[in-house]
Amino acid sequence: MEELSSLMQGFAVVLTPYNIMLMFIGVFLGIIVGVLPGLGGANGVAILLPLTFTMSPTSAIVMLSCIYWGALFGGAITSILFNIPGEPWSVATTFDGYPMAQQGKAGEALTASFTSSFFGALMAIIMITFIAPAVANFALRFGPPEFFSVYFLTFCSFIGMGKEPPFKILVAMMIGFALAAVGIDIVTGQLRLTFGYTELLRGFNFLIAVIGLFGIGEILLSMEEGLSFTGKTAKLNMKVVLETWVKLRRYWGTAIRSTLIGCWLGVTPGGATPASFMAYGVAKRTSKNGEKFGTGQLEGVVAPEVANNAAGTSALLPMIALGIPGSPTAAVLLGGLLIWGLQPGPLLFVEQKDFVWGLIASMYLGNIASLILVLTCVPFFAAILKVPFSIIAPVIIVICTVGAYTVANAMGDVWFMLVFGVVGYVFKKLDYPLAPLVLALVLGDQAESAFRQSMLLSQGDMRIFFSNSLVGSITVLALFMLFWPFIAKGVAHIRAKAAG
Amino acid sequence: MSNQRERAPAEAGISRRMAELLTSLATFMAGVIVAVSSYQLGMHWASDGPQAGYFPFYIAMLICIGSVVNFLGQLKPDAGSRQFASWVALRRVATIVVPATVFIGLIHLIGIYVAALAYISGFMIILGRYPAWKGLSVGFGVSFVLFMLFEIWFKVLLPKGAYNVFSLIGH
Repeated sequence: MEELSSLMQGFAVVLTPYNIMLMFIGVFLGIIVGVLPGLGGANGVAILLPLTFTMSPTSAIVMLSCIYWGALFGGAITSILFNIPGEPWSVATTFDGYPMAQQGKAGEALTASFTSSFFGALMAIIMITFIAPAVANFALRFGPPEFFSVYFLTFCSFIGMGKEPPFKILVAMMIGFALAAVGIDIVTGQLRLTFGYTELLRGFNFLIAVIGLFGIGEILLSMEEGLSFTGKTAKLNMKVVLETWVKLRRYWGTAIRSTLIGCWLGVTPGGATPASFMAYGVAKRTSKNGEKFGTGQLEGVVAPEVANNAAGTSALLPMIALGIPGSPTAAVLLGGLLIWGLQPGPLLFVEQKDFVWGLIASMYLGNIASLILVLTCVPFFAAILKVPFSIIAPVIIVICTVGAYTVANAMGDVWFMLVFGVVGYVFKKLDYPLAPLVLALVLGDQAESAFRQSMLLSQGDMRIFFSNSLVGSITVLALFMLFWPFIAKGVAHIRAKAAG
Repeated sequence: MSNQRERAPAEAGISRRMAELLTSLATFMAGVIVAVSSYQLGMHWASDGPQAGYFPFYIAMLICIGSVVNFLGQLKPDAGSRQFASWVALRRVATIVVPATVFIGLIHLIGIYVAALAYISGFMIILGRYPAWKGLSVGFGVSFVLFMLFEIWFKVLLPKGAYNVFSLIGH
């Protein structure tokens, strides 16, 4: 039970009035970010990252992770009230949430969604509390080949498990790697891919890419569709909340199944979006009222919301324990750690105990803060959505511009942001996934140096990635993930033949 | 949301296939540029291990291979005749991109605060058809909040441009 005493210490670190204030500010900003289309979790954290440079790392991560929780909760609000998912992982919530709102049961749907989000996140945090230290301990035995094989596994599972065409995922991811290579080579100190432009000396900061691809790109998409907000006001009082809670007890089975799906997909970098769809699908198949799904079933709101928050939260497990983010937002948080001078990875548990356990403790408190805030603030957020797009759009672009500029105080970055925005728009429309691109951009340097160190160790012999049972099994698993689409096709083919 | 796009096939626009082909050509070109540049840096083994271009070169190869596969995938007859976006939709996209470009250009000249005021109010008045006073007050409000937040509270200096009006009040 060493974890429990460390956790208590973590609470002691986090529970200062200043940190609690940051927590509520963070959750509040996060909900706004989650509600507004065009500002997402990753993007919101990216824009606000420069504001935390002067804070202590613990306070900074408390605020930023709370922005993340807020965004995970807030994404559901617009899905239910307006059928506009504020975040991709809330799409599955619209299936039953919006019909419920149409039937005048918006309060019920929102309560169910928030409670389920809270449940999913809480389960994932409990898992992190007990599993993360063990994973980190295990990972302390890692050398460069092991680290590269874990990175390799991460990238391969993106290609194998993604729902986009595999070669599009490959291209998007490799562009991320190429962008990461721009600038000064960390090993030899040579300039790479700068083509003589001084603006490129610094390399591409992933924050610029995130703000452009997700922020500006999303606005362009919304604009193209001629988005107009016409919402319904949701009256949410404590009576509805209590009544819904009584009803929710029936769906504990669905909640636990969705939690497992969410945690699994969050730790392997499947992410919150596939988790929410998968949980919805499983709930539909296993529920007695399966055929009524899509017409406003409470269970249809519970399943995706539990899963997306469980996935969103457990995506932080590999980030804390291994230094490998499981989601774009976790990737941005990881970038934050690097900026504050912390090297993410297993050593963090040994060297920065206060920070890690403070972060884990803030996950518990942040989620409680989120639940309180979302339940009280819904009418206010409904009011935000009545602001027409022709006001929201330029304001968001101004905010993105400020965010991009403050990363390195460079106007060049602002122009890059605009270019990334157009690229993000085209990529999204053509099913090129953006998450692997950002992931590769963040991890590119580390993956490359792990690879080069391994190559130095082995004098260029690729067999080093199979040299012991640990690295070998990770590499084999990675290759299995990479070729999963082909394997799945083959199995289906054999089954079809066997069937007749 | 994709339903909305497919519902209006009558509107003229860019076909999905054309957009796919152009994009895979662009990614292929990007791959070639990275490959050539890495080759010039050296992508072999030196006495002290892999050279600087070693890793990016293979990355570039993967970009090119992926782009070729994506390109060929679009040449199949069943790739579909769906639309990427209609001209009307693209014009709407341009109404965001063009003013945003002007806005960022203006930052170089008059700084972010004045440019944001001009951009937000201009956008609201011209494209949103709001009365001038509404546009100006929202623009001023946002600029004011930004100024207080960054210059005063967080002490983060934002660009004030070549013609800095804030020098009058000591910033």
